Amino acid sequence: MCPEEELQSNVSVASSSPTSNCISRNTAGGGLKEHNYLGLSDCSSVGSSTLSGLAEDDKATISLKATELTLGLPGPQSPARDTDLNLLSPAKLDEKTFFPLLPSKDEICSSSQKNIALGNKRGFSDAMDQFSEAKSSVYTEKNWMFPEVAATQSVTKKEVPQNIPKGQSITTNNSSSPPAAKAQIVGWPPVRSYRKNTLATTCKNSDEVDGKPGSGALFVKVSMDGAPYLRKVDLRSYTNYGELSSALEKMFTTFTLGQCGTNGATGKDMLSETKLKDLLNGKDYVLTYEDKDGDWMLVGDVPWEMFIDVCKKLKIMKGCDAIGLAPRAMEKSKMRA
Amino acid sequence: MNYFPDEVIEHIFDSIASHRDRNSISLVCKSWHKIERCSRKKVFIGNCYAIDPERLIGRFPCLKSLTLKGKPHFADFNLVPHEWGGFVHPWIDALARARVGLEELRLKRMVVSDESLELLSRSFANFKSLVLVSCEGFTTDGLASIAANCRHLRELDLQENEIDDHRGQWLNCFPDSCITLTSLNFACLKGETNLAALERLVARSPNLKSLKVNRAVPLDALTRLMSCAPQLVDLGVGSYENEPDPESFAKLSAAINKCTSLRCLSGFSEVAPRCLPAFYPICQNLISLNLSYAAEIQGNHLIKFIQFCKRLQRLWILDSIGDKGLEVVASACKELQELRVFPSDLHGEEDNDAAVTEVGLVAISAGCRKLHSILYFCKQMTNAALITVAKNCPNFIRFRLCILEPNKPDHITSQSLDEGFGAIVQACKGLRRLSVSGLLTDKVFLYIGMYAEQLEMLSIAFAGDTDQGMLYVLNGCKKLRKLEIRDSPFGNAALLADVEKYETMRSLWMSSCDVTLGGCKRLARDAPWLNVEIINENESNGMEQNEEDEREKVDRLYLYRTVVGTRKDAPSCVTIL
Repeated sequence: MCPEEELQSNVSVASSSPTSNCISRNTAGGGLKEHNYLGLSDCSSVGSSTLSGLAEDDKATISLKATELTLGLPGPQSPARDTDLNLLSPAKLDEKTFFPLLPSKDEICSSSQKNIALGNKRGFSDAMDQFSEAKSSVYTEKNWMFPEVAATQSVTKKEVPQNIPKGQSITTNNSSSPPAAKAQIVGWPPVRSYRKNTLATTCKNSDEVDGKPGSGALFVKVSMDGAPYLRKVDLRSYTNYGELSSALEKMFTTFTLGQCGTNGATGKDMLSETKLKDLLNGKDYVLTYEDKDGDWMLVGDVPWEMFIDVCKKLKIMKGCDAIGLAPRAMEKSKMRA
Repeated sequence: MNYFPDEVIEHIFDSIASHRDRNSISLVCKSWHKIERCSRKKVFIGNCYAIDPERLIGRFPCLKSLTLKGKPHFADFNLVPHEWGGFVHPWIDALARARVGLEELRLKRMVVSDESLELLSRSFANFKSLVLVSCEGFTTDGLASIAANCRHLRELDLQENEIDDHRGQWLNCFPDSCITLTSLNFACLKGETNLAALERLVARSPNLKSLKVNRAVPLDALTRLMSCAPQLVDLGVGSYENEPDPESFAKLSAAINKCTSLRCLSGFSEVAPRCLPAFYPICQNLISLNLSYAAEIQGNHLIKFIQFCKRLQRLWILDSIGDKGLEVVASACKELQELRVFPSDLHGEEDNDAAVTEVGLVAISAGCRKLHSILYFCKQMTNAALITVAKNCPNFIRFRLCILEPNKPDHITSQSLDEGFGAIVQACKGLRRLSVSGLLTDKVFLYIGMYAEQLEMLSIAFAGDTDQGMLYVLNGCKKLRKLEIRDSPFGNAALLADVEKYETMRSLWMSSCDVTLGGCKRLARDAPWLNVEIINENESNGMEQNEEDEREKVDRLYLYRTVVGTRKDAPSCVTIL
């Protein structure tokens, strides 16, 4: 494989010397070009290689920043694409649509704006691959409240993150979702493939194991309104809804007790399964899950086996927020059956 | 020295460990050569195709430890086809048939098969130590044979290998009688781990000093492991994904507090940040910290952790630590000797300010005066920064700078980085390894040739203007052993100028340069003691002898000195001229 074939230097590079422009303009035909090593020493055409897939003319109209040489992608996936967002991305960054299920407290909404950006460092085509990326966003401290944010398919672009630490931005699936016309230099940056593969799969694997039958644990995250952090449960370690519910009870007892008021002090050890079920199924809380399509459903509508197959996340919601979920669950299970 | 009996001389030689020194000793006279070769226990072979196993065994019949390296360095970056070579099997086979008392085998970038591991495990009764770095071709079945058959196994260290995990029970294959383990590292295994077997193994290994588990080992298991191995010196943590409940956290903290000998920490590939504080108590003891796979730990958590690590000598980290974080390192870690900052964003899609720049590098150089090795991936660099770094740290032995964007100039002056790197080679008189990047002309190579007198390994990418650049290096760097070049305009004139030079070097790699087939053929003719390999995945093996081909540029060239001629195991994509 000839690395040169992957280099298409039809983009003028903002950061290199002006003479580089003449090289890029030579590529009238686009595609593979001769590399001019002998002439213009300051502008090795090799360098202006990684942006491809767009004709020169298109590039000329994009801002200087967009033509700056990076190892990323042109168009929606290049840096500073927030300015191009509305033009290039079909999905708009509209925070309001992301929180249909949350209690509408202003503080929550405003703090969530930062959190939208979490885990959404990929462009829209990566978001189309959905959940692996979405899930990685939950790994922030404050993010437990917004699993549905990341899960919503329309979440694509993010505003340029303000204080989002770098560590969060490692999302995954770049290997699995080659965006259009991505021409990277082979073997660059010089990072061992082992490292690249491991970092790429770190976030992906953090949520669930491949759903191979009998392959062990199937962890899903469980969050709860009012709880400061989320938990994980292994769905394969239960055989029915009852077991799941009592496990959740144990995990979230402390929180429910807080909500229960007078039941709190002495009730901790004696909180029965039924009591939590009352809590869960009664007015106070419902147990919901997010399925493979990103929809939120009430737990309990489908057979257990089907449930663990489709469940991606669990959330213990306040009952008032879960109104309207039930009908969808029924329709969906009918569609699937 | 001729008046001493051989045993005395041998005893003196025993105290000399460095293979280079022993190589020198063996050149003094025939009797020293003989004494040395019969007493040599450890042999290092930097290129497995430079010599063959029969000659090795012939010369060093008493060897106990063998280190072999296979593929060229750029194989790490997918520039070498999988089937290129570097098979360890012939070596193990030959050593087994000769009944060599092999005790230790260390391999890097070699192809290892389950059959090889099985043969290894059965052939050497005293086998103690297996270290595999960046190898491939085997599965956990091979590990099972090692576990089952090597009665005296002390060390099984698997670093960054591509291992097919059959999710089997290889840990169960360690017999109950195996109690001699001192080091177990299986962090690179991707599948599940039999936790019970692991715990039993650790419990019966009182000498275990180094344990690095894979991500399938969760927090509670880790707690139990640490509790039964408080003597651990080196720990690689698995996964921490669940937020621990207070009780688990307390147990973990207790276990960690008992590990007072812990000096090296690594792993953390999946971490809930709240778990990191559990390790705060031992931070002050740490001398080595590898968080370069901890992609999920945010910069501020990293900083909080590292600021306590006052004794740190080696730090591997992701660039998510940022310049600010490096400033903290510079003020906290005064003993730092080796730093590696890896890129967390490998696809250039981030436009983030959190990655590192020249600011972080300068801060480190100012604060960590004992620094001698650095690998630094960054977005941008300036000459001024490099000049400052050179002034601050003249003791660099290894200086590897990778500016992520090829050909990027000084981002303030827009000039090439020749002067910056020039300052580095001029100031760091002991520099042995150098990797350059950014916009560079022939001038930087002039500087390197002039000043880098101790340079042994040089990596060049997207640099230089003419053949003269490469010539400066070949002519100037007398101690050069490995030269690897990619995407640079060096051609036949440079390649052929000094053929004898390659006899003093281990290898030369050139890919996407301007050397042609004709030039390579001429070199192969002029230097029959070289293997000149042309690697070209697209073309078939048959090279037609017409003039067109001779002028054809060679995609990848890898040449190396050898005493055993053309190798027989080359695949079809490799042509040896």
